Amino acid sequence: MIRKMEKEYAGAKLGIWLFLFTEILLFGGLFLLYATYLSSYPREFAIAGREMHLGFGTANTILLITSSLFAAMSVTAVQQGEIRKVLNLLGATIICAMIFLVNKYFEWSSEIGHGFYPDSPRFSAGPIGEALFFSLYYLTTGLHGFHVLAGVGLLTVVALKVRRGAIHAGDYVLLENSALYWHLVDLIWIFIFPLYYLVL
Amino acid sequence: MADIEKDSHHIIRYPKLVMVWVFLLLLTGLTVWVSRLDLGVLHVWGSLAIAVMKAFLVIAFFMHMRYEGRLLRGLLLLTLVTLAIFIGFTFFDLSYR
Repeated sequence: MIRKMEKEYAGAKLGIWLFLFTEILLFGGLFLLYATYLSSYPREFAIAGREMHLGFGTANTILLITSSLFAAMSVTAVQQGEIRKVLNLLGATIICAMIFLVNKYFEWSSEIGHGFYPDSPRFSAGPIGEALFFSLYYLTTGLHGFHVLAGVGLLTVVALKVRRGAIHAGDYVLLENSALYWHLVDLIWIFIFPLYYLVL
Repeated sequence: MADIEKDSHHIIRYPKLVMVWVFLLLLTGLTVWVSRLDLGVLHVWGSLAIAVMKAFLVIAFFMHMRYEGRLLRGLLLLTLVTLAIFIGFTFFDLSYR
């Protein structure tokens, strides 16, 4: 019985990692697009990149890194059977994720307000490189934002299961896999942040 | 601060996780500071190098990869090599057009 449980656990871990690898390749494709457009339109990218809000980018980086810490700690907590702590840590992770999304809302609103959006009058008149930068920016951070939203949903379901007692020190692979997914969301942002906010 | 082994599951202690978090914050500060310096094209490589260090910390400790077996490590390597090939080969094409 123990052996069978161990195999199921190993299988579940392998499954989530295979999924995460496909996610890495998905965002890898978007980073490849960024790199090729940057090499084709270096001057336009530099001008467009200067319009980014470094403050929002840095705040969101700190939020995601911190939420990742809480998620990692929640795995340690469940392994040690500290259920109360697991719930608090998952709650803190979810709150960080929500603040991240609220920041994103204000950031995008400000950018759209300044006339940076696909097919805006500003971009139709200007060189194509700037429009490409912002299209790619909205696509990449938008897709990442969906992942944050999915992570919030997933972690909420996990927290409810922990409270019901369905996840505990003897069986916590769902919590561990959801935390892995959450770390991936953090990992992708670790690359989005320098590429869009810093290097230009 | 020694970690605990329990039925082949590795438990990472809280202080170690907090230490990884502190390093991640320091690297974030470093990368923002570096971006303000006038380095030209070195910006891109410097920022990417710091991002890779941060990614390593997250994967190794937060994602427990340091304590996983050969299968998962091998698959991670395979994924990164695949990514490197498709980014690298695209640039072979772009650079020599």
